[in-house]
Amino acid sequence: MDSLSIQLDHGSGGRATHELVNEVFAEAFNNRFLLEMNDSALVEVEGGRVAMTTDSYVVDPIIFPGGNIGSLAVHGTINDLCMRGARPMYLTAGFILEEGLPLETLREIVESMAAAAREANVLIIAGDTKVVPRGKADKIFINTAGIGMVPDGINIGGHNARPGDAVLINGTIGDHGMAVLCKREGLAFENEIVSDSGSLNGLVQAMLNSCRQIGVLRDPTRGGVATTLNEIAQQSDVGIQLDEESLPVREDVAGACEILGLDPLYVANEGKVLVCLPQHAAQEVLEVMRSHPLGRAACKIGEVVAGEPGRVFMKTRIGGLRLVDMLRGEQLPRIC
Amino acid sequence: MRFTRRTGACLCGKDLSRQVPARVEPVEIQGIKGLIGVSLKYLDEYRDPELAKNLLDGLLRRSLSRASIRLMEICGTHTVAIFRSGLRQLLPPSIQLISGPGCPVCVTANEDIDRAVWLAQQPGVIITTFGDLLRVPGSSSSLHEERSKGADVRIVYATFDALQIARENPEHQVVFLGIGFETTAPTVAAAVHKAAAEKLENFSVFSAHKLLPPAMKALLEAEDLSLDGFICPGHVSTVIGAEAYQEVAAKYHMPCVITGFEPLDLLQGITMLVDQLEEDRAEVAIQYKRAVTREGNIAARKLMNEIFEAADSTWRGLGEIPESGLKLRTEWRSYDAAARFAMPNIQVKEHPGCRCGEVLRGVMTPPQCGLFRKACTPQHPLGPCMVSGEGTCGAYYRYHS
Repeated sequence: MDSLSIQLDHGSGGRATHELVNEVFAEAFNNRFLLEMNDSALVEVEGGRVAMTTDSYVVDPIIFPGGNIGSLAVHGTINDLCMRGARPMYLTAGFILEEGLPLETLREIVESMAAAAREANVLIIAGDTKVVPRGKADKIFINTAGIGMVPDGINIGGHNARPGDAVLINGTIGDHGMAVLCKREGLAFENEIVSDSGSLNGLVQAMLNSCRQIGVLRDPTRGGVATTLNEIAQQSDVGIQLDEESLPVREDVAGACEILGLDPLYVANEGKVLVCLPQHAAQEVLEVMRSHPLGRAACKIGEVVAGEPGRVFMKTRIGGLRLVDMLRGEQLPRIC
Repeated sequence: MRFTRRTGACLCGKDLSRQVPARVEPVEIQGIKGLIGVSLKYLDEYRDPELAKNLLDGLLRRSLSRASIRLMEICGTHTVAIFRSGLRQLLPPSIQLISGPGCPVCVTANEDIDRAVWLAQQPGVIITTFGDLLRVPGSSSSLHEERSKGADVRIVYATFDALQIARENPEHQVVFLGIGFETTAPTVAAAVHKAAAEKLENFSVFSAHKLLPPAMKALLEAEDLSLDGFICPGHVSTVIGAEAYQEVAAKYHMPCVITGFEPLDLLQGITMLVDQLEEDRAEVAIQYKRAVTREGNIAARKLMNEIFEAADSTWRGLGEIPESGLKLRTEWRSYDAAARFAMPNIQVKEHPGCRCGEVLRGVMTPPQCGLFRKACTPQHPLGPCMVSGEGTCGAYYRYHS
């Protein structure tokens, strides 16, 4: 390719598009389904239930500590599949590029997508590229869709929490949102806050292998842990009681939240999973989680209760009890 | 910075409780505006469960000489902090915490909201304001509604951002809506000063600033509220100092303790108030010593007094209180939006059924209002106490079952 940045030509569907697709996307995502270069990819799946999801990524800045918009677009969609107990298999990737985006930046993003897909053992088998004039989009937006197979006997969803269940999480909360926000606003703390963006399929697989009684898996992305738990409480018509003392928050994230007036319970995560499962199985699953790299700091943060269905409460550090509402009003924009 | 102010802090200022332990180490990041480097430590120390339990046990074990103790937290940041820690239900039932009129957006009178709306409707005017004010309903409209109809209303996070907008839009009149207590007023005064130095003639301030001590006196003069002590605001007191409450304590024999915002601060502040009551003392004490002094911030007050002078002011719920507001002094009149624009008399209409006034005086709690959680929610607020993150109704809605 002659040009060092994205031109309107690259979205024309003509020669420049072909060059871009071949030299950037096909090279990075390299697999036989994609390389057929047909209008759609054909894959064979064994009989059973297919999980399917899609998500668009508009994070600003496009490169942040711990990842970039590309790796995030792969992790986020893989994680959405995992939350139904599916084994993620194939992704598609749609790109909306702003005229003038440096080719080098695009390559960096695409290569992280390829690396994230390899690591999670999924293939990116179809894609699309559009280019819009300068100012009509902000550098790059990505949409990914994914499919995965759900093994027989797995029935996981937000409606499956039962009174008496334990509520677990695989690590510290609020890392992704604060990493993006600090980078965007130019806030520097002693150590750089790093996003937790990562694919949860390995961890979730290990958990499901050890325990078939897991009822709920949800990834607390936008709206944070508080909003996701409220959704679970409403879907399952149960109450949830959190224990503030046991909520894992990194010291730097807690400090940054404090200064900015944010509550880590409402800040986005991109590599975290909330789990509801019967109390008696909790210890074993926690041990499995802790033996996985993405679950080292796994812990129990609360319990599902019968009273106050649809609501989330928290026992505060000093022993009081308060309501934990859904995120209301202003959201941090463009966090994922 | 584009993000929201502290959910806790507010128009009454930034949370100085953090300044003492915070270490500031600026780090340069290329190409990013507003370089700030901060590290924040010693948060947990003010939330230690063991120490909290000791203080609570002390209050629970105590045999009090009176049947009930009614303490008012004036500041909205305290209201939120009390809810977030779940403190209210841990205290002995005889100690009641009553929320007061310390949310600047909430106490702004309808007529001032109406004037702001009128200003927003004038051609060529850019309104600059803190975000909380946008959704506060006036008699017939809100700034938010005016903006959706095409008015130029911009949210700023500091008064100086409004100056920048004035510099960039010399053909427009830029009006800053000055809402807030003694913590905000000095920054607005500094902006007026700067505008004058730069001869920035398209900038003006619509001053609806309020002063807290006169409102405290008005509350004590009212007959429908009985109080035994004040949990005095932390942020405002960094500016006005402990001495500003001397008259309240002495004339009304009312214990006052300036208190910080963490659970241990609050528990210690309450303990200090109970001590005073049991010993029949009425003094101004400082619990929040890491930020507040007896004399306050003299430089900030000097600047405030150079630009502003005390004026009678109307508070929502409390009515007109003598010398409880700030207006621009005559020599700074050219920066006074009230002088620059010929504002018509506006017929003020209150929302029927809205009880924000009673809530602000502490004679009613939000769940006692018929609109609360039904017609009035944070998505569709009918009164200002539901709009503001610091408003008593908003805090009850978010944290109270």
